[in-house]
Amino acid sequence: MNELVFFINNVVIAGSVTGSIYAIGAVGVTLIFSIMRFAHFAHGDMMTFGAFMVLLLTTLFPQAGAAIGVPTPLIMLPLAMVLTAALAVGIDRAFYKPLRAHGVKPIVLVIGSLGVTLMLQGLIRLFAGTGGESLYVDDRKEIFRLALPIEGVRVPVVITEPQLYLFVLTLVAVVGLHFFLSRSRLGKAMRAMSDNPDLAQASGINTNTIVAVTWVIAGGLAAIAGTLLSLDVTFKPDLSFFLLLPIFAAAIVGGVGHPYGAIAGGFVVGFAETLAVFNWSVLLRPFRDSLPEWLSLPGNLAFVGTEYKIVVPFFILVVILVWRPTGIFKGKVI
Amino acid sequence: MSAIIDVRHVNKAFGGLKVINDCSLQVERGSITGLIGPNGAGKSTLFNIIAGALPLDSGQVLLDGEDITNHPADELFHKGLLRTFQIAHEFSNMTALENLMMVPPRQAGENLFATWFKPGLVGREEAEVRRRALEVIDFVGLHHVRNELAGNLSGGQKKLLELGRTMMTDARVVLLDEIAAGVNRTLLGDLVSNIERLNREMGYTFLVIEHDMDMIARLCDPVIVLAQGSVMVEGTIEEIQNNPEVIEAYFGSTTA
Repeated sequence: MNELVFFINNVVIAGSVTGSIYAIGAVGVTLIFSIMRFAHFAHGDMMTFGAFMVLLLTTLFPQAGAAIGVPTPLIMLPLAMVLTAALAVGIDRAFYKPLRAHGVKPIVLVIGSLGVTLMLQGLIRLFAGTGGESLYVDDRKEIFRLALPIEGVRVPVVITEPQLYLFVLTLVAVVGLHFFLSRSRLGKAMRAMSDNPDLAQASGINTNTIVAVTWVIAGGLAAIAGTLLSLDVTFKPDLSFFLLLPIFAAAIVGGVGHPYGAIAGGFVVGFAETLAVFNWSVLLRPFRDSLPEWLSLPGNLAFVGTEYKIVVPFFILVVILVWRPTGIFKGKVI
Repeated sequence: MSAIIDVRHVNKAFGGLKVINDCSLQVERGSITGLIGPNGAGKSTLFNIIAGALPLDSGQVLLDGEDITNHPADELFHKGLLRTFQIAHEFSNMTALENLMMVPPRQAGENLFATWFKPGLVGREEAEVRRRALEVIDFVGLHHVRNELAGNLSGGQKKLLELGRTMMTDARVVLLDEIAAGVNRTLLGDLVSNIERLNREMGYTFLVIEHDMDMIARLCDPVIVLAQGSVMVEGTIEEIQNNPEVIEAYFGSTTA
């Protein structure tokens, strides 16, 4: 049973954490793609920017959370979401909108976003330095150890406070997004524009507004993902940049332009990663005695070493695209 | 009668190809004006310019005396200038009914605040929009496919849906781009009577591009003939059909 708890800690919880973060990131990428038809490479750094804003605000007002009884970074998150959304809209106005106005090909926008990536990373490094910082400035990171009431189980299920927040916020974001897209007219207008931009405009939908709304949502979600990731580990200027590729893999696996697909893709990629680096030897250990003599159990039995974790999303990507070329959900439109 | 659409000396070139050449025309308020011309005469380009889908090189477009030159399409929609597309456009992943329900502007549900905090108002309004959409869908004879995804409709049905779209809001001017192409003969009769009814009862002004001369003859007065990017002649259908210049433009030189 101890082995099973080990599995829960290292796969179920760890996979859900990675999956949630990939999912929130991939939703943003996929929304931007479905409205503006380009792959937004600066998305990872918008996540970092959101986390950086939280760090900044928390450092400025470290006591704010204590008054209400929640960690300060969480109080600062809504404010950081607003700031990141403003940054996203600002970046669009300054860099992408002029390009769109010239009617450039999507690849030009992609390269443009690569430039924005470098710029944002440079800016964040300039102010935050290159090292890691904990977002828990004045608070303590609670770690919950749930001992299972089963005899012989010594290892507790371990879950940290930010992980709990992550699960709750992911759920809220997903449900909220679902209602926004399916119920609100603005959401329907977004679906309309992703379906047929010309007709959307001829139906009186102001495409500029929709583009701005898309950036606001993508920016807000990016801030959530970046902050929760930084809460779980520590804040680093290049933290989310390294998530960019798995996030794109998640968006493509789910079906590009499909928000629910992106969520599914996020969890598929997240779990695949954790399952691939999990030490399966632990689960086999109880059966050690019944194994034949010539088969000895190695100390570490994982599909790939942790250092090759980045390979996994792409393996999944290839497998899923061969099986279903438009992603798990049929991609292209919301 | 006064002109509701006034096109003044408009020019438009694509690269070196001059498509609209100092074109001036007026569409009278309350009329169903036909716009015909041989292929490549610039009909659709002129349409796109009026509808705000294409920027023009020089000239002016006025809607009811107001300068709308190079205004974006969504703004013109709110001013009551609607268009249909030559190749029918639809929101392929929404049902036919939802396509129509998209149209009415300024619904309470457009406001995020109202969406979350005034669900009653949004619900009532949506019920009203749905009622209207159901009426329109009956009107254009698409009742049986109202819950089909619009992308799965036939070409002719999509055209009818386009016409339905223009009926979901109080339009002043509707630009119909080859609405009859791909619609079968029996439906065509309905289409013509629907357009006439909208014109008579709701006071819509129509500007119609059409290749089907029967439809033009039944529907349009006056008819404007466009050739090589400018107006060649304007008049009733009889005048047009008997005009030697028009005959030559359409059929080449027939007299030896």
